[in-house]
Amino acid sequence: MAGTSELDVGYVARLARINLTEEEANAFQKQLDDVLKYVEKLRQADVSHVEAAAHALPIFNVFREDAADEWFTAEQALSNAPRKANNLFIVPKVVE
Amino acid sequence: MTEKDLPALSIADLQSLLRRREVTAREVIDALRTRIEAVDGEIGAYLSFDMDAAAKEAEKANVDLPLGGVPLAVKDIINVMGQPCTCGSKILHGYRATYDATVIRKLRAAGAIPFGKTNLDEFAMGSSTENSAMKLTRNPWDLSRVPGGSSGGSAAAVAASAAFGALGSDTGGSIRQPAALSGVVGFKPTYGRVSRFGLVAFASSLDQIGPLTKTVRDAALVMNAIAGHDRQDSTSLNEPVPDYAAKLENDLRGVRLGLPKEYMIEGIDPQVRAAIDAAVKQLNWLGAEIVDVSLPHTDYAVAVYYILATAEASANLARFDGVRYGYRSKNPRDMLDLYGRTREEGFGPEVKRRVILGTYVLSSGYYDAYYLHAQKVRELIRQDFARAFEKVDALISPTSPVPAFKLGERTADPLQMYLADIFTIAANLAGICGISVPCGFADADGHRLPVGLQLLGKPLNENRILEIAHAYEQSTDWHKARPPIAASK
Repeated sequence: MAGTSELDVGYVARLARINLTEEEANAFQKQLDDVLKYVEKLRQADVSHVEAAAHALPIFNVFREDAADEWFTAEQALSNAPRKANNLFIVPKVVE
Repeated sequence: MTEKDLPALSIADLQSLLRRREVTAREVIDALRTRIEAVDGEIGAYLSFDMDAAAKEAEKANVDLPLGGVPLAVKDIINVMGQPCTCGSKILHGYRATYDATVIRKLRAAGAIPFGKTNLDEFAMGSSTENSAMKLTRNPWDLSRVPGGSSGGSAAAVAASAAFGALGSDTGGSIRQPAALSGVVGFKPTYGRVSRFGLVAFASSLDQIGPLTKTVRDAALVMNAIAGHDRQDSTSLNEPVPDYAAKLENDLRGVRLGLPKEYMIEGIDPQVRAAIDAAVKQLNWLGAEIVDVSLPHTDYAVAVYYILATAEASANLARFDGVRYGYRSKNPRDMLDLYGRTREEGFGPEVKRRVILGTYVLSSGYYDAYYLHAQKVRELIRQDFARAFEKVDALISPTSPVPAFKLGERTADPLQMYLADIFTIAANLAGICGISVPCGFADADGHRLPVGLQLLGKPLNENRILEIAHAYEQSTDWHKARPPIAASK
């Protein structure tokens, strides 16, 4: 399904692992086409002399000792699991 | 002072009473419980609270600690051990936090009692709190209007005297904008000043936790407790934390304030503009010199934000897949079906839109054109601020171009909702600190709607904007005004 931008909502939603109803896909296509049209204004900015900023502050590599610390027990880590058994998260079968 | 009057107090005044032993921490909790029961049915600020647990904590509170015995509300996107953390989303249905966020650990160490969780736009994505999957939150000044967002529950709770103070999070204005629309103080620290550990991540390079309070002094007191380096957040800054409340005076001589000419746009509500003009005069009268400055790349800020924030969100929200916590779709055929349907059923429309947009701008063939390009424009915006701060101590603007809008008024058009954040977004992109303080009212349909003044400061210069905001606040009566709902119960 094509809108006014190159974005194909159905395709990208599959990449993002979100199922959409047709109604939702149609609505998002129009709304996100509008947003993409709005952000086109960035093309006017001259960035030829600019380095990309991953974030705003001059922090680069942060190191610490690779030391073991107290953290979750398996029981705590599993305490919110939708399905669990034998100290493991249970999910549908992945390989046949 | 009767029990009924207690919840309207500032944190500083409450502490005076506690320390003089004129009231006990237990009595404070009981008064707050009564207050929440009286007003929150109409306001809808809280998603959950545990006043029995809070009462137990209050029994052993040490009121001589910096925030000893002070109950604080927490935006429901920050983990508080044993309490739910819904993020305003169905996808975290049933989740209970197994640990305290660093800010909660620090608040507890300072003696505070984090007793309840406030409503928000789902995963903090929104400007009105209408994107919450849980409930509507109403503006205490006019129940037909939004409280702002995404920290709308925190703002409304403080405004309605249903909280002494609250934590929020600010990714593009989510503390400052609801503070402005609800008539309270909202403070966004410098990126890295406060640990994000335990804050559910929306856009990791922009998110920052901060306080919503009744006064600037209260914001400083909460900052004293929560600021500082944390080795569990590698982006937190290893810089000394000053006493933010120590130097709050009322004299602005020698202070230089900048008015960004790009912020004087069409579309600012005339009553908001009048309130800001009056505030500028007041700051000048207090001794501040007002100078014109330019932030030439301002017009790009909203566009940059909606590329970078959605890109980061698409990665951060990948963890909500129905495997380890929260909601899982029923009877999945296979893993892909489990992921796709869990996220279809668990996420609301705004979250889906943003994850899809973020996935797109990071996808093969579009990464350079959108994401990388936006990162470069972000750097131009940061440089704009760095240049402006060579000339001035702080920048002034409206926090929001309009006062609180009607529930439902902007939900149909996401782009219009995004443009509500036009004055707040750039501060997150540049990583600087900012505050919104009440500076007047706009009249609409017989209601008084609060207007907020925004002050933006240099990285790690929190002290300066708190001082300026405090001096302004203390020279006015705006912070003493309470919404009708506060008086009627």
